[in-house]
Amino acid sequence: MSEYLLLLLGTALVNNVVLVKFLGLCPFMGVSKKIDSAIGMSLATTFVLTLATATTWMLEHWLLEPFGIEYLRTLAFILVIAASVQFTEMVIRKSAPALYQVLGIYLPLITTNCAVLGVALLTAMEGGSFLHTLLYGFGSALGFSLALVMFAGLRERMALAQVPATFAGAPIGFIAAGLLSLAFMGFAGLKIA
Amino acid sequence: MIAVISLTALGVALGLGLGLAARFLRVEQDDGLASEIEAMLPGSQCGQCGFPGCGPAAAALASGNAPVTLCPPGGSALVRQLADKLGVEAVTSGMKESVPMLAVVEEELCIGCTKCFRVCPTDAIVGAPKQIHNVLREACTGCGKCVDVCPTMAVNMTPMPVTLQSWIWHKPAVAA
Amino acid sequence: MNILNHPIIRRTMVRWGVHPDARKQATSPQDIERLPLPAILHIPLLQHSGAPAKPVVSVGQHVLKGELLGARQGNISAPVHAPTSGTVVAISDYPAPHPSGLGVLSVSLEPDGEDRWIECAETDPFSLTPAQIAERVSAAGVVGMGGATFPSSVKMLLGQRSQVHTLLVNGSECEPYLSCDDRLMRERAAKIIEGIRIVLHAVGAKKALCGIENNKPAAIEAMRRAAAEVPAIEVIALPTRYPMGSDRQLIHVLTGQEVPSDGRSADVGVLVHNVGTLYAIQQAVRFGRPLISRVVTVAGGAVARPRNLEVLLGTPARLLVEHCGGLRETPARLLMGGPMMGLQLPSLDAPIIKGSSGILALGAHEIAKEQPSPCIRCGQCVSACPMNLMPFEMSANIRVGELDAVQGLKDCISCGSCSYVCPAHIPLSHYFDYAKGELTVRERGKLRQESIRQLTSARKTRLEQEAREKAEAAARRKAERERAKATAAQGKAS
Repeated sequence: MSEYLLLLLGTALVNNVVLVKFLGLCPFMGVSKKIDSAIGMSLATTFVLTLATATTWMLEHWLLEPFGIEYLRTLAFILVIAASVQFTEMVIRKSAPALYQVLGIYLPLITTNCAVLGVALLTAMEGGSFLHTLLYGFGSALGFSLALVMFAGLRERMALAQVPATFAGAPIGFIAAGLLSLAFMGFAGLKIA
Repeated sequence: MIAVISLTALGVALGLGLGLAARFLRVEQDDGLASEIEAMLPGSQCGQCGFPGCGPAAAALASGNAPVTLCPPGGSALVRQLADKLGVEAVTSGMKESVPMLAVVEEELCIGCTKCFRVCPTDAIVGAPKQIHNVLREACTGCGKCVDVCPTMAVNMTPMPVTLQSWIWHKPAVAA
Repeated sequence: MNILNHPIIRRTMVRWGVHPDARKQATSPQDIERLPLPAILHIPLLQHSGAPAKPVVSVGQHVLKGELLGARQGNISAPVHAPTSGTVVAISDYPAPHPSGLGVLSVSLEPDGEDRWIECAETDPFSLTPAQIAERVSAAGVVGMGGATFPSSVKMLLGQRSQVHTLLVNGSECEPYLSCDDRLMRERAAKIIEGIRIVLHAVGAKKALCGIENNKPAAIEAMRRAAAEVPAIEVIALPTRYPMGSDRQLIHVLTGQEVPSDGRSADVGVLVHNVGTLYAIQQAVRFGRPLISRVVTVAGGAVARPRNLEVLLGTPARLLVEHCGGLRETPARLLMGGPMMGLQLPSLDAPIIKGSSGILALGAHEIAKEQPSPCIRCGQCVSACPMNLMPFEMSANIRVGELDAVQGLKDCISCGSCSYVCPAHIPLSHYFDYAKGELTVRERGKLRQESIRQLTSARKTRLEQEAREKAEAAARRKAERERAKATAAQGKAS
C-alpha cells in the first residue's frame, strides 16, 4: 500500500511533471490566467492522462512488444491518444452535456499536449504493472493540476500588482514559474521514514 | 513490413471506430447560443454592425465570425455581457470608445416628410406630415438610419450631451 | 455584554479614521458676519439630492423674499425659494458648484435692495401635529445641511413611520477648516435646542443625543447650557476623529449600534440631523421662514481674512472671498465643503447652495503634491477605513478594470481617510469615485438596452397590428363590394 502512496507522492510532488520535468508548459502558461479555467483544464487533463497511460500500456504490451516494433512507440502513442481523446469528447458530449460545458473546449487542446505523450512514453520506458502505470499517470495528472491551479492563483494576484513595464505580462509570469519550480525542487530532498 | 501493416491496421481501426462513434453519438447542433445572444442584443435591427439585423449578427457571434464589439448601440455594457457569454476577453480598447450619439432635427431644414420616423427602429422620432419632427432623447439609439433617408439633410448625429447626472469622475492616472 | 461596546470605551477608543490637523483656529473665534446683499443671485433649482425643483416663476417677475421659485417634483425633492426680494432676470443654465463645472438650471435674481419678506406668521411648533410639522419642513425646502442635502421632510416621514426612539444631533464637524456648525452652536444654541425639541415632537422620539467633538469646548458648553432645562437632550463630547460626522460612525459611537450595509439609520431606531439642519427646521416651523441662507466658513491659506459668513443661497462664491479680504495668493485648489470630502470647484463663480458648508481656497503649501507611487500593501488604509473595507485591494481591482471583483464599493462613504493616510499617495478615494460612476453608467446602459428592446418590440407589434388592420379593412371592403355586386345581380334578376 505504502508503495502506491509513495508512487503517487513521487509523481505529484517530487517529479512534478510541469515544474520538475518541464512538460506541458504550453497549457501551464496559456490556461493559467483564471483559476476557473485552470480548474477546468486540470480536470480534463487528469482524465485524459489517466486514460492515455492505460491505453498506451495496453498498446505497448499487446501490440508493440509482441511484434517487436517499440521504435514506433511515439507514432503509435500519438495516434491512440488522439483517437481516445476524440472518442471521449464525443461520449461526454452525448452523455454528460454539463461536463462537456466544463471540459469541452480544453479536450482538443490536450490531444497534442506534451505532458500526456511524455508521461505515456516515460511509463512505457520504465515498465511496470498496469496498476503502477495507471497510478503513475494519475499522480502526474495530480501534479499537473496542482501546479496549474497554484500558478493561476499567483497570476490572478499578479494581475493586480503594478509590474514594471519591461516585465509586464509573460516575462513576470516566467519569473514566477521559475520561482515556483525552484520551490518544487525542495521536494527532491523529501525523506519519508 | 509488420510495422507498416500493424500501424495501418491500428489507424484504420481507430478511424473506423471514430467514424462510427461520430455517427452514433452525434448531437444535434443546437443554435440555442445564437438565440440567447439575439435576446441580449438591442433588437433594433439598425444594421450598424454590418449584418442585416440582430438575428444574423447573433448567429455570426455564436459561430465566432464577429467580434463582441460589433454593436455600437449596446455600448461597452453589451461588450462585457457578450464576452462573458462567449468566454472571450472583452477587448474594449479596439472599440472606438464610441460616445453615445443622438439624432437631432434641424428645424429650419425639416420639411415634415415623415420619412425619418418611418425608418426609426425605436419610434424615437415623433411628428406628423408637414410638421416639424422631433427626436425623443430617451428613445434614440443613435443608429443613424434617419440621417440616411432625410431628403433635406435636416437630421444630424450629435454626441449625447454630458449633464450633471451623467458626468462621472475620470479614471486616475496610474503611477509609474 | 461586550465590554468593548461599553459607552465609555466606545466613545474614547475610536479605532477607525484619521486625525488631520483641524486648522479651525483661524475662523472659530470670530462671530458669524452677515454678507451684504449681492448685486445678483444665481439660485440653482437642484440644491438637494433627488429630482430638481420645477421653476414656477417667469423672467421679469418680481418676487418677495421667501417666495417660491421652484416647486418640488417627485417624492425625493425640495422646493427652492427667493433669498431676497427682487426681479427674476433669467432662468437658464448656470455653472453648478460641481467639479465638472457643468451647467444646472438656475433662477437668476436681481435684488431690489428692499429685502421685503412674504407674510410669515409665528406659530407655536408644539401646537402642531407631526404631519403638519413635516409639511412645513417640506414647504420650507429644508435639506440636510451637512453636505448630503437629503430632503429633511422625507427623513422625518421615514422616522415617523419606522418608530425612531433616539434623535442623534450631529455637531461633530469633523472636517478640518470648517467652523460654521461650531459658531452656530455657540451663537444660536437655544434655537438649535428648540429645533431638536421640534423634531423629537415630530417623530415621537424619546431622547436626543447631541455629539460634539471635544475640540469645540465652547460649543459643548453653550449647548449644555441651552439644553439644561430639557432632560431629554444629552450633550456628549466625542473624541476628535475624522469622519466622526458620518452618520454610521456617529450612530455607532453614540448608541453602539451598527447600521446594516443595505439599511438606513431608521432601521436601528435612530434619526441623524445636523445642527445646521435643526436650526433651519426651527426657523421653518416656528417662523414659517423657508431655507434661504446659511452659514458658510470661508477659509484656507489663500484667503486674507478667513471667517464665517451668513450668506444668501445663490451668492457667487467669489463675493464671499472678496468680503474676506480677497485672495492673498493664487489658490492651488478651490473647494466647496471641507478638504476631505468637499467638491473641487473649477472657479469661484459657482453659487452657494444649501449644502455648502465652506468655501476653501487652499494655498500651494496646504495640498499634497507628491506623485503616487506603487502600493506596498502596508495596510494603513485598511486600519483607517471607518467602514472596515480593504481600500488597497479595491483600488488594485479598479486599476486593472475588474470592477465586478471590487468588494464593498457600495459601503464606501467616500470619506477620503484612505487617501489621507496612504504613504504612497495613491488617490484611493478617487478610484472609488470613478468606479462608482462607472458602475452607474453600466447600470444605466443596461436599463437603456432594456428600454430599447421594449421600444423595438412595441414598434413591431404596432406595425403588425397596422398591417392586420389594413388587411382586415381590405377584406371588409372586398366583401362589401361583392355583396353589393350580388345584390345588384339579384335586383337585375328579379
